[in-house]
Amino acid sequence: MKELSVNHLLGIKYITKSDIELIFETADQFKEVINRPIKKVPSLRDITIANVFFENSTRTKLSFELAQKRLSADLISFSAAQSSVKKGETLIDTVNNILAMKVDMVVMRHEKPGAAHFLANNVKASIVNAGDGAHEHPTQALLDAFTIRERLGGVEGRKVVIVGDILHSRVALSNIFALQMLGAEVKVCGPKTLIPKYIESLGVKVEPNLRKAMEWADVANMLRVQNERLDVNYFPSTREYAQQYGVDKAFLDSLDKEIVIMHPGPINRGVEISSDVADSQQSVILDQVENGVAVRMAVIYLLAEKIKN
Amino acid sequence: MSRKILLTAKEVNIILHRFACQLIEKHLDFKETVLIGLQPRGKFLAERIKSILENEYGVQGIQLGFLDITFFRDDFRRSEKPLEANRTEIDFLVENKQVVFIDDVLYTGRSIRAALTAIQSFGRPSGIELLVLVDRRFSRHLPIQPDYRGRQVDAINNEKVKVCWKDNDGEDQVYLV
Repeated sequence: MKELSVNHLLGIKYITKSDIELIFETADQFKEVINRPIKKVPSLRDITIANVFFENSTRTKLSFELAQKRLSADLISFSAAQSSVKKGETLIDTVNNILAMKVDMVVMRHEKPGAAHFLANNVKASIVNAGDGAHEHPTQALLDAFTIRERLGGVEGRKVVIVGDILHSRVALSNIFALQMLGAEVKVCGPKTLIPKYIESLGVKVEPNLRKAMEWADVANMLRVQNERLDVNYFPSTREYAQQYGVDKAFLDSLDKEIVIMHPGPINRGVEISSDVADSQQSVILDQVENGVAVRMAVIYLLAEKIKN
Repeated sequence: MSRKILLTAKEVNIILHRFACQLIEKHLDFKETVLIGLQPRGKFLAERIKSILENEYGVQGIQLGFLDITFFRDDFRRSEKPLEANRTEIDFLVENKQVVFIDDVLYTGRSIRAALTAIQSFGRPSGIELLVLVDRRFSRHLPIQPDYRGRQVDAINNEKVKVCWKDNDGEDQVYLV
């Protein structure tokens, strides 16, 4: 009988390969559930989950909410913009107040790296990190790897290039950990100013030339240009970025193989990828969204299993 | 550990054929009937019954599915052992069909309760029947009884009924362990 080795999902770095495999096996079953005429199971009907979002999010928040509802959990949602955080309340006070309402699990997004760890150490609830600054976004990495496994039959031995803003991307870091743990080879590609200096110490090679990177890869994960995090000019213009690191259909067709295109969303159409790429057969962007619900259901289900009465 | 044989391969075979005949008597051509094996162990029994119906009694076009009840169980977070999900494979609608649940052992009835809830995700059957190889009577927690039973057994709570199948365990045999 298998169970997760952790009580919180704080990052991919803190879980094991067998945890990931268990999450994937469980997500396979949930994927079947969410394609039934009635897409709901009663497993978590006595669990209450708080979604605490200190930073804007559309798809992650919706995906978590849907996953929780499909598991029959009760949920309360909180976004910092309309809360007492604006009045100066601390993170611990905010969360403790929420927990006083008998909440069992907290899904939190926060702009500060390490916020999820801080919470896990200070409050009594199971914590799921839904993105902490530029640190980790574990469920995104899990759903990306799950999608690669589904499309290519496995992750081991696959070559994945992550393109774009590696410096500000929690998705990149979590992806690197998850893909390497599952036996894939990872390269990063992007403007030199957006590649962290330490990246090679993680066993990742840097390939500045997009064409070379794409010719090498089986999968390209095109990251979003995070305009909101670019406080200085890391590259001259969006137009120049699109010319050097953007992918359009003509570019894809000129490669000697068919590679899988991923994007964690939201897409800046015409910047990272063009519309004809986003909507092409090679793109698995909508599969990523569908798999996101199944993977998040699996994560929540497996963590909830460890909350005993 | 001592084990007593409850059913030999020959007895299992006789029971399987009896099940096939009972199902034909009740359901005739199986146009409006679907068989659902409950995961994980009811799957083997369901496959065997389907194969006997097809190969020995010439019934064709039987719809067989497998239902996993893990996410519908009432002991989630209460049992010591983690619950592990199995595969559900039902690629047809059960709306207005006669559903026959097939499982190896009926004990407390809680698995069947979960299956009754789970099947609703696939439509509203016109009726549901229960077929079990071994019925451990006097052990029920819920008011659930089989429509077709192979063998009735009175066993004490720390005894276990173990059903072995040729395709999975190398022999057809039922033990009381």
